Amino acid sequence: MTALTVPARPGQDDGRLRPVPWRRMAGVTWRQHRITLAGAVVLLGAVAVWLWISGSPLHHAYAAAVACRPASSPACQNLIGAFDVSATSNLMGNKDPGGVLLQLVPALIGAFVGAPVLARELETGTFRYAWTQGFGRWRWALGKLALLAVVLAAATSLLGTLVSWYFQPESGRLFEAAPFGDLFSLREVTFPAWTLAAFAVGALAGMLIRRVVPAIVATLAVYAGLAFATTGFLREHYLTPLATASYFTPGTSTAWIIGQWSAKDGKFAFAGNPPGSLVDRFCSSLPPEKAGGPNGFAQCLAQHGYTQWTSYQPASRFWAFQWIEAGWLLALSALLIAATIWLVRRRAA
Amino acid sequence: MSIMETTGLGKRYRGTWALRDCTLEIPAGRVAALVGPNGAGKSTLLNLAVGLSEPSAGVVTVLGGRAAGSPAALDGIAFVAQDTPLYKNLSVADMIYLTRGLNRRFDQPYARARLDELGIPAKRKAGKLSGGQQAQLALTLALARRPRLLVLDEPVAMLDPVARHDFMATVLAAASADGVSVLLSSHVLTELERVADYLILLSQGQVRLAGEAADLLAAHGQASLEELAMAYLRETQAAEVTR
Repeated sequence: MTALTVPARPGQDDGRLRPVPWRRMAGVTWRQHRITLAGAVVLLGAVAVWLWISGSPLHHAYAAAVACRPASSPACQNLIGAFDVSATSNLMGNKDPGGVLLQLVPALIGAFVGAPVLARELETGTFRYAWTQGFGRWRWALGKLALLAVVLAAATSLLGTLVSWYFQPESGRLFEAAPFGDLFSLREVTFPAWTLAAFAVGALAGMLIRRVVPAIVATLAVYAGLAFATTGFLREHYLTPLATASYFTPGTSTAWIIGQWSAKDGKFAFAGNPPGSLVDRFCSSLPPEKAGGPNGFAQCLAQHGYTQWTSYQPASRFWAFQWIEAGWLLALSALLIAATIWLVRRRAA
Repeated sequence: MSIMETTGLGKRYRGTWALRDCTLEIPAGRVAALVGPNGAGKSTLLNLAVGLSEPSAGVVTVLGGRAAGSPAALDGIAFVAQDTPLYKNLSVADMIYLTRGLNRRFDQPYARARLDELGIPAKRKAGKLSGGQQAQLALTLALARRPRLLVLDEPVAMLDPVARHDFMATVLAAASADGVSVLLSSHVLTELERVADYLILLSQGQVRLAGEAADLLAAHGQASLEELAMAYLRETQAAEVTR
């Protein structure tokens, strides 16, 4: 074997270097991550098709029911009934596991797109190649993470729009579902924000753990913790709930009921259902058929000076809540990405 | 001009010094061999030189005073790491595309022609190439960047004798035809004679010997670099044992 071909003489243009342009990172990122991105597109596409297929009949039923004249005729009542049935038995009605499955989408993106970005480089040693090229390692990390983040945000934003389209008939004239439901985090504002947060968690986990599989597991765990904490505790505190001296029966109001309690003489008496001792004292004479449900006791206790209170988040706050949630998630994502890049810059080989 | 200069350079990992008090000045235009047993600190020194890790003590500059790892340094140095890491699931053409995209200079005609000569198909995945071909691909990508300094970490350790010979032939051709300075580490002493004209001997994280090959041979009265290195390594190991 003879080595005939040799590179031309190196240029001596050393003085002041113009850095390698940022735009080059687009092609580099695409070549390296096209399989992963194609996987993400297939996943999101499948979800979109499924939303379309299950959402179309609902839209048709709604359109038919709304267009029907005269509205009070038996035929129209049948159409409205049919719409009610499909509206309560689909995603929004909690009878379909789809809402829960959709929550997995950001987690999967974080785990399978975010976590391997740096973990695979560190695990296979290719960071020694990538970080010694002329582009510079922190610029490489920033360019790559920013590009992937933008693509993922755009794709999930589209999917979130489709979720909102799906939801449309349910906040129409015939039927008003509470907007703060299972799908709150899957709308066009919050869905990309959650996806970005999961992606950023994955990237940082990959950088810290340096191995793909443990990084994926850690990403799923952290995402699950974040999602549960947000839905269970954090979200209801975004804005101070309104309080009203009345009782909202759960399921009949579009508001998000935060708490219910009773007060007597302007002082807190008890939360939720009346305690047995109180019922025995004031309402033991209540006929059994009227005692059913908290309302029966409520009416009885109201005669003895107890007022029922409800604190709630009105449905009108839906978009404010969307933007608040997206806001802090985006800030968190930016922080995590910044920490990741700082680590790329600092990490010793 | 020196291609690499270190002053009191040290690197500590979890309390143990992998490299201690290393002061060196390697002149440009040499093929410098960094020799020593496994764990002597060769990779540590090279990682510091290419800016993959930060010194715990001292200073390292390359290409005539540029801080290691700075954009100016990265621009002029091509590094082929141990086991020649490549993206195994990318094709040879993709690897060329990546390296071209990530650098200011890239001699694409050279890369294409060289890979043709080697019979490495552009469409094949890097992971499907033989060990020798992977090493040649990594080397070709590095040389196509037209570096002033080529740094190779144990480039031939995993290769069979034929691939080893071919690889070093490519390195030497670049060094002699283009004046690319080369800094390579190896714990394989054979073939050193043919390759290196500057020697740095490391053991237990310290520089034992450094200088022009011809000067060292004359000063120590040894017939070959291999014997010289061997004699020194025996000595330092014996010293460690008796201590």
